[in-house]
Amino acid sequence: MYSFEPSEEQKMLIDAVNRYATSDLRPAAHDAEENKELPPKLISKGWELGVLQASIPEAYGGFGERSAVTGVLAAEAMAYGDLAGALAIGTPGLFALPVLLAGSEEQKKKYLPPVIEADWRAYTAALLEPSFDFDPNDLKTVASVNGDDYVLKGEKTFVPFAANAEAMLVYAKLDGKTAGFIVPKGAAGLKVGEEREKYLGLNALPFYKITLEAVKVPKSNLLPGDFTPVLAAGRVALAAMAIGVAKAALEYSRDYAKERDVFGVKVAQKQAIAFMLAEMVTEIEAIRLLTWEAAWMIDANKEDASKQAYLALTGAADMAMMVTDRAVQILGGHGYIREHPVELWMRNGRGFATFTGLAMV
Amino acid sequence: MIEFEIPEKITGVCTVIKSVADNMMRPVSRYFDEHEHEIPWDYITFMQTATRAMGGSSMAPSEKREGPRLGFQRLAFMVEMLSWGDAGIYLDTPGGMLGSAAVSATGTPEQKERFLARFKSETPTFDAMCMTESQCGSDTSAIRTTAVLDKDESQWILNGEKIFVTAGHKAMVDSKGFIVVWATIDPKAGRAGMRPFVVEAGTPGCQVTKLEHKLGIRASDTASIVLQDCRVPFDNILGSSEVVTGKATTGFKGAMATFDATRPIVAAQAIGLARATLELLKEMLTEKGVTIRYGLPRQKMTSIEKDVIDMEVMLRSAWLLVIEAVWMMDNGKPNSLESSMCKVRAGDVVNKITQKAVEIMGPLGYSREYLLEKWFRDAKISDIYEGTGQINRLVVARQILGYRSSELR
Repeated sequence: MYSFEPSEEQKMLIDAVNRYATSDLRPAAHDAEENKELPPKLISKGWELGVLQASIPEAYGGFGERSAVTGVLAAEAMAYGDLAGALAIGTPGLFALPVLLAGSEEQKKKYLPPVIEADWRAYTAALLEPSFDFDPNDLKTVASVNGDDYVLKGEKTFVPFAANAEAMLVYAKLDGKTAGFIVPKGAAGLKVGEEREKYLGLNALPFYKITLEAVKVPKSNLLPGDFTPVLAAGRVALAAMAIGVAKAALEYSRDYAKERDVFGVKVAQKQAIAFMLAEMVTEIEAIRLLTWEAAWMIDANKEDASKQAYLALTGAADMAMMVTDRAVQILGGHGYIREHPVELWMRNGRGFATFTGLAMV
Repeated sequence: MIEFEIPEKITGVCTVIKSVADNMMRPVSRYFDEHEHEIPWDYITFMQTATRAMGGSSMAPSEKREGPRLGFQRLAFMVEMLSWGDAGIYLDTPGGMLGSAAVSATGTPEQKERFLARFKSETPTFDAMCMTESQCGSDTSAIRTTAVLDKDESQWILNGEKIFVTAGHKAMVDSKGFIVVWATIDPKAGRAGMRPFVVEAGTPGCQVTKLEHKLGIRASDTASIVLQDCRVPFDNILGSSEVVTGKATTGFKGAMATFDATRPIVAAQAIGLARATLELLKEMLTEKGVTIRYGLPRQKMTSIEKDVIDMEVMLRSAWLLVIEAVWMMDNGKPNSLESSMCKVRAGDVVNKITQKAVEIMGPLGYSREYLLEKWFRDAKISDIYEGTGQINRLVVARQILGYRSSELR
């Protein structure tokens, strides 16, 4: 059957996330970006919504069951408020969800409860590398065997909250494929950059470069499962967030255009602008459905799920750039000023072509 | 629940339709493209027999409701597959199309019986919708065809000329079908004076005067029809008799609402054509030793891989918009926004995909030895008829802005 209606339970979760996103995240976003900091209370309030916990079975300290579709719905709603906030709240999930998807029973029992049972704490993951043609399936960070250990060597970038992370999941190439390794805080050879990285957008998030100088981890720290489902989960999560950001940009520019006067009518009554808005909303809905289908395929264990996730993110990255660019254009000069949120959304919007690994469902 | 499983009933139908497409359409695609006004009777009689065998009189959703409502979803899938076969020959499918959609939506029970019964016969019968005139297409309120009531004879007298009537010749000459003619009963009233009138084949004063030579969909006849003191019974005005005197009547609105139903179906046609193109492109590339690898960052992709992957994104997302629109129809949800959105996107996507495919295949894409160039030509109309992409953008914009048509033109 086809069906495009979230379940009652999903609606409850989305409503809760929506309320938080509009009442808490959005109003804090501007200052967070300017001050380069998200207030800790903001993050803990978002953490209390329990989106990650709802994805993790009781056996490991959660209260739900992992569903990519539910995750995607929540991710869109969260990013609609603010992308930096959404990513911050989701950062522990970058560690926990791959453990859930690719970890052994022991690893799940050992590592999941501490992440989700209490307050938000910095657990993170390191996937992206500083090469222009970064390929998650062809990493330059490598793992080699040394007795009962793996030795990790390489450089990672865009690692959120790395400075005080309790543990991080580091991805490296092992036997020609991408694999995940749990690296505890203070591991010898793990060097976190002294200064935060500076980016086009997401200035409220602390990102760090990390260098792995022969970091040794026991063999039991390797996640034994396949990376492909993890990557697929990361891609649909990001696509969903792109939709949330785009939706915010569409609504904001639409409302602005309805208010603003030009040549005796409202800006929205000019065809050029109306057509932009029509194309924006159409593109958003199209990519939303593509993303939902990919998430559903993941949940239903369909063969082409990871290919679909890849297509969804490819589409979402282009869509987010188009929509956020137009939102600035519709606001004209005012769109260029760092008072309205559209310029931030455009700066964030360009990133979806690069942000692989920063979100997870 | 959010779900994307194709219902079994639909998968079954699609398998049948695919074999029709493979066996009865593709082998003759090029022939009917090059012999523009010949009629694919083999396909037509086959479809007539098959539809009757399945117990229907057309592919349109029946009024019976059994189980989960799937009528429009099923229709969309069928149209997509038929168009995958041949977008022009599909338009020669007998049985209820746009004309009978209007009858179903706005006719009285008596009118439905009188006009729609003919589709149940053994003989393939056609209908057509007549709206466009030489001076107006998008601006339907500017039509000049008039309908004047002769009270004594209890007849309407229609005068005017309609152009671009899809299947007009089949409806009025090749079968005992009918056309639905939009005429004005009060030229000063603009849109409020417009009414639909059924004119049956054989009615004196109604003549097909021309068949167009087109860029594509050449298997479909596109007719000009002249009405000169054409008299039809009073009861041929669609809807009950109040429709004559009322202003913005429910009948009229009902007819306009049929566009919410037909737009996704026309979008489905575009998608089928786009899908055929993408599949053939990939086949041809594979034959030439070009593989498409998925999952790479764009920096590592070849230009062709990037193009093909973008096409896949466009195609799949555009098709999902169609499914959403028809699912909403089947579930009784108002879908003006989704209906127009899916038409906007499908029109864009089929043109981008067909144009890019011809480009990628170089001399082979441009050659009449392969179907790519035909599909490039067939595609263009998708963004023009049943509401141009620009009109549909206006409809979408009005929906999201909350504007009436007077506020956003």
